[in-house]
Amino acid sequence: MKETKDHAALADTFNADEDRVNWHDETLWFVRQKRDRAAHTIPDWELLRETASQIKHNVLSNLHAYLLQFEANAKANGIIVHWATDAAEHNQIVHAILQKHGVGRMVKSKSMLTEECHLNEYLSENGIEVIDTDLGERIVQLAKEPPSHIVLPCIHKKKEEIGELFHEHLGTPAGISDPQVLTEAARQHLRETFLTRRAALTGVNFAVAETGEFVICTNEGNADMGAHLADVHIACMGIEKIIPERKHLGVFLRLLARSATGQPITTYSSHFKKPREGHELHLVLVDNGRSTQLGREDFRNSLKCIRCGACMNTCPVYRRSGGHSYHTAVAGPIGAILAPNLDMKANADLPFASTLCGSCSNVCPVKIDIHDQLYKWRQVIVKEGYADTTKTIGMQAMTQVFASPTTFKLAGKAGRWFMRHAPFAVNNKLNPWYKQREMPVPPKESFGEWYLRKRKGKNE
Amino acid sequence: MNSRDSILAAVARNQPARQPLPEVPAFVSEEADLAEKFARVAVSIGSKVFRVKDLEEVKQILLKEYSGARRIVAAFPELADMAEASVAPGADPHTFADVDLAVLPAQFGVAENSALWVTDTHLPLRVLPFICQHLALVVPQERLVPLMHQAYDVIGAQEYGFGTFIAGPSKTADIEQSLVLGAHGPRTLCVFLMEKL
Repeated sequence: MKETKDHAALADTFNADEDRVNWHDETLWFVRQKRDRAAHTIPDWELLRETASQIKHNVLSNLHAYLLQFEANAKANGIIVHWATDAAEHNQIVHAILQKHGVGRMVKSKSMLTEECHLNEYLSENGIEVIDTDLGERIVQLAKEPPSHIVLPCIHKKKEEIGELFHEHLGTPAGISDPQVLTEAARQHLRETFLTRRAALTGVNFAVAETGEFVICTNEGNADMGAHLADVHIACMGIEKIIPERKHLGVFLRLLARSATGQPITTYSSHFKKPREGHELHLVLVDNGRSTQLGREDFRNSLKCIRCGACMNTCPVYRRSGGHSYHTAVAGPIGAILAPNLDMKANADLPFASTLCGSCSNVCPVKIDIHDQLYKWRQVIVKEGYADTTKTIGMQAMTQVFASPTTFKLAGKAGRWFMRHAPFAVNNKLNPWYKQREMPVPPKESFGEWYLRKRKGKNE
Repeated sequence: MNSRDSILAAVARNQPARQPLPEVPAFVSEEADLAEKFARVAVSIGSKVFRVKDLEEVKQILLKEYSGARRIVAAFPELADMAEASVAPGADPHTFADVDLAVLPAQFGVAENSALWVTDTHLPLRVLPFICQHLALVVPQERLVPLMHQAYDVIGAQEYGFGTFIAGPSKTADIEQSLVLGAHGPRTLCVFLMEKL
């Protein structure tokens, strides 16, 4: 089951279809542009980002007290609170709640945490059917794929492919690719599902320590449809989703949707404070490595993330390699700094899947220093011995070349000679720099040679 | 040690030195006409906005806009002649699956994003604004605030079991970023900015 191909190899597969890569690239850039337009209409945008960032710094520095405060208030509101140290315990808790209620079929709205914990697979192995109700998630679920983006789960799929999936699974006529018609088909199919499921699982966008309530943001209304119709509502959240006070929602809700899709706010921002009368509301607080990340000084800021996906939409590598090339629940730049904390060896390739251009940090609504962390993870990964061998050998060779002026000059000369007289020696498939690129015309002389020649001319 | 205690212990051990909680700056909007701003944003995200005098006018517009609606539920006794104006306590939410139109009050609206605040204090059933095919929300025109910060000033320490901001009809752009109105919730949203209650 474990993915063995690394980011570069998976990106290669994605890049086999050049038209599709261009389309993927442009679609995400379009979302990034929508984000820009939305951000630019707010004169105080930078002050908002700074405020959100400072609130999150406070949260991380006082998380212990906030968790206790949140738990006490949530319990007083009648919410049943559970704690899970890791993915396995999270999955067992959810399973136990469903067993207690004799539930064998459940609806689930978007929750990247349950993707991280592989909840669907676990429940399915235990005979429980889970239907994802976010349209994009339902589409990838039918395709037996994970989401490729945290906000736009099936952004890698073309409408014709979705039409085929619906034809096969939902019985729509063959050859339909109109998004309006396909969405209507999904609406009908899922409405029936909502009405017949007795348990609903949702994620959590924000949990307020001061009031013990939590907030879920959707555009489709699927979290609300599930939660308000089911007998049991289970909400799952990472422990970093806490914010101190209700009024702080004003800051985060202004940033979230504008950063994600360029909307002024999501259609629904639902505040769950107490269970519906006569029904159970469960909340699972999950650690799964977060407390460890909190202790890593260089990387703890990754826990400020509010999962808007802006860093993915802007990332030149993500846009051209696709979410699945990151082989982890959260893709893109933020995923690449979160994943090594969970499994450094399996995710050693991800911090290298970046040009370190810094665009991710520029758009991040809570000012996470993403590109700095990508750079720092590289140091850690190499030091721990998890770096790719060819990369290590290459770096060692480079170190030797740069360390000795004689070798450096000789290598430069040899390189220029080869490129001029035997271009096939570099312009071939063995040279990764030749991929999708023409090699430049080699200069006749090095800078050192040019400098010496010019000096000589001047002195004469 | 149980999971709760071990997580809390790890957090206490690993959290950095205390950073102060910032004061939220006094964000203000330069929009002079809140109703105009609200309506502009609402229309841009797919809502219809009507500025009306009273509930009688709301009724006339609804009868015209939703002439095909068979089952209508309203949280206004004034609309009893066109809608079910009361919901039995403890009613099963599933029995509202065939509601064509729900007419509900919103406490206030937010001009910057056209979100309307609705809580179960005034909601006969939590599922109602989501399960109906079409939704109409009525808000007094003077209860518009400029930004989300003022929205939470109004909410303050309000008690509710469930509260939600609703901005526009339910929607999705999951298929190739093509916007489609009417995902799982209402297909349309009509907002009535009312002069007097």
